[in-house]
Amino acid sequence: MIAYIGRRLLQLIPVFFGATLLIYFLVFAMPGDPIKALFGDKPVPESTLEAIRAQYNLDKPFIVQYLLWIKGIFVGDFGLTYSGRPVADELARAFPITARLAVIALVFEGVVGIAIGLYAGLRKGKLFDSVALFISLLFISVPIFVIGFLVQYFAGVQWGWIKTTVSGQATWSELLVPGMVLAATSLANIVRLTRGSVAENMGADFVRTAKAKGLRRGRVVRVHILRNSLIPVVTYLGADLGSLMVGAVITEGIFNIKGVGGTVFQAVQRGEGPTVVSFVAVMVIVFMLANLLVDLLYAVLDPRIRYAK
Amino acid sequence: MKTNRKALAALSIFAAGSLALTACGGGSGDSGKSSSAGSESGAATSNAIITTNGSEPQNPIIPTNTTEVGGGKIADLIFAGLVSFDAKGAVQMDQAESITPNDTNTLWTVKLKSGLKFTDGTPVTSDSFIKAWNYGANIANAQGASYFFDNIKGYSADEKNPVAEMEGLKKVSDTEFTVELINAEADFTKRIGYTAFVPLPESAFADMKAFGENPVGNGPYKFEKTGAWVHNEGVTLVKNADYQGSRTAKNGGVKITFYADQTAAYADAQSDELDVLDAVPDSNFTNYESDFEGRSVNQPAAIFQSFTIPQYLEHFKPGKEGELRRKAISMSIDRESIIKAVFNGTRTAAKDFTSPVIEGWSDKLEGSDALSFNADEAKKLWAEADAISKYDGTFTIAYNADGGHANWVTAATNSIAKNLGIKAEGKAYPAFKQLLDDEDKDKMTGAFRSGWQADYPSMYNFLAPLYQTGAGSNYGRYTSTEFDGLLKEGAAAKSEADATAKFQDAQKVLLKDLPVVPLWYSNVNGVWGNKVQNVEFGWNSVPLYYNITKAE
Repeated sequence: MIAYIGRRLLQLIPVFFGATLLIYFLVFAMPGDPIKALFGDKPVPESTLEAIRAQYNLDKPFIVQYLLWIKGIFVGDFGLTYSGRPVADELARAFPITARLAVIALVFEGVVGIAIGLYAGLRKGKLFDSVALFISLLFISVPIFVIGFLVQYFAGVQWGWIKTTVSGQATWSELLVPGMVLAATSLANIVRLTRGSVAENMGADFVRTAKAKGLRRGRVVRVHILRNSLIPVVTYLGADLGSLMVGAVITEGIFNIKGVGGTVFQAVQRGEGPTVVSFVAVMVIVFMLANLLVDLLYAVLDPRIRYAK
Repeated sequence: MKTNRKALAALSIFAAGSLALTACGGGSGDSGKSSSAGSESGAATSNAIITTNGSEPQNPIIPTNTTEVGGGKIADLIFAGLVSFDAKGAVQMDQAESITPNDTNTLWTVKLKSGLKFTDGTPVTSDSFIKAWNYGANIANAQGASYFFDNIKGYSADEKNPVAEMEGLKKVSDTEFTVELINAEADFTKRIGYTAFVPLPESAFADMKAFGENPVGNGPYKFEKTGAWVHNEGVTLVKNADYQGSRTAKNGGVKITFYADQTAAYADAQSDELDVLDAVPDSNFTNYESDFEGRSVNQPAAIFQSFTIPQYLEHFKPGKEGELRRKAISMSIDRESIIKAVFNGTRTAAKDFTSPVIEGWSDKLEGSDALSFNADEAKKLWAEADAISKYDGTFTIAYNADGGHANWVTAATNSIAKNLGIKAEGKAYPAFKQLLDDEDKDKMTGAFRSGWQADYPSMYNFLAPLYQTGAGSNYGRYTSTEFDGLLKEGAAAKSEADATAKFQDAQKVLLKDLPVVPLWYSNVNGVWGNKVQNVEFGWNSVPLYYNITKAE
């Protein structure tokens, strides 16, 4: 097990360098001069632009820029944004906010989604099942910004239940509703996934055996049905954790949350190489760790899956 | 039946979540209020803090390096220059007692008010101005606004030859100094109203970057405390009781919250979390006037929008054919209909090359008929041009897709295509910087969108940087000795009226040559909440925050 985890962690290294090099190149290859664009139509003298480019190493060849960035990260220096502030500060500011938002969304969709899905699956064809299927279909088909705006308008503007936007601190309580909005689509998917899986397992041989052994219904559902039905759901949640952590540009925009999504979006628009690549580097690591976690969870859920030493 | 009850139980999780939130929301709202009421002391005017929208400054707040709106809004509130502008854009003395030119508008004598102070207690003297201007102009400091000093004697844009002290700035006494200009400039007093011309305290020069994080100014407001600027979040400014100038604050301060998306700001304004919003998002153009009845504004701003037809474009080169075609294109565009259909009336059709908020603006300049819609005349002119040389290409207007231009470009090219019977279409560039790159290298294969937002309220500022031969933002590569001459004469004119007359003559040349096709002036669309009164927007589309009052 330990060896397996170690091997997986070692795999991070080439992926990290490959991904960052590629992203850095893509940002670098974007046509146009980001420094000139900072000033719009204003007639800033070329000498001033030159000096600013030199500040951000933009006057150097691509590979030198990349190597300078790599060199920097070993001492915790992720380079500078075009505002002249350390990218490290931006990372430290944005990721905790997005992490809180992602945890809220994940817990919400995991707990509520599995609960509803399980119940619907056990009562396949009954009223609750039909309603759950209908509502989840609704959530899947309505784009997230529609849900976001509706929640913001009614709960925030009309009824005054919540603050319309999130403050800079982005506390847990402030992020609760945005997190629920963010989770809406995934929640619906999990309901359907769990329901389908549970409904299928209900008719499986091992469930019939368990029932025939005279096990209590609660134990049958918990240990035999639910546990076996969770494998696809966990896969989904794992992938979702990755995408939640890399930010939610739309939800962040609606509620004015200053998280990862908006920061990266803006950095891409401004052609800010060091910012984009630093954020992406962290995202890559988060994504791979989330995947590793999912793979390990498989083993817990299904004893047949054992990782070689 | 049983199923139903359980279904309700499951759904109640949502409800419980919302209730918990209600409590939190209410609590933090209250604490916010009490903290703002407790700060500072005041007499007749209210102490309440005005909340408003903004955006994260691109750079530390160093006035000579602040060329964008996010930082500009803050810098204008915490610094005061020699002059400031009233709502109509007229010059009023701020830190200066008087500013007088010599006969040729080349040597200006500035006298300061006495007893001026920065918020750290140090005095504002001639040196505070001279040193700050020299710092901003020095090319070695790579300040974004350095070119604003390019008319002061001794200025150099040559990086190999940086000038630390311009010979044009001479101290006479602690409250008096002179400025010698390279070229005559009739509206010099307007230029120095720009943010880059404010004074800096001695402490700034030791570590400019650190200063920019916690700037010390001399304006109507000051930072609430060290670190008041929380990056990406906002900044809280409080009234500066020591301020002596024309913009004394009638409220306790201004709290600026940074929004990445204006729709979020609009929602905050609707729920009274935000007192003043100076940019209504496009999606609310149809309903903001009813959402904020009697508490909104829709007036022209100092923003001019156009598309440029470069001089090097085939069939549009200087000469008879180009002149005919330019006028035909301009007259084939139904500006009023596009404004109504695409912008919901939040633009004002252009009548010249400046803006209605600028002194000297006129909608009756000779030749301005070229800017009104007339399909028959347009068709006739186009046919005349075709007689000289046949046009069989496609007329394109290039735009950056990240700037929300697609709709009006489509409307304008449709208008051109329909009324002239030619092929016309938009050409999208993914981002502004890519468009700018091609413009810079003279690689445009058609027209391209252009625009200008004035830095200070002067006609000259709308004309010289864009159409003067070789000017930095003259991407159409327009050149006209007649136009250049009139600009020069206007700049050297004895009185403001004479200057205005010359600049209007210069515009007549432009109306004939049409280096760009004027489209419309952007409007400022702002709204404000129930708690505030006396909200007025300045010439530069920024609310005059110091005049706003708020009940406590």
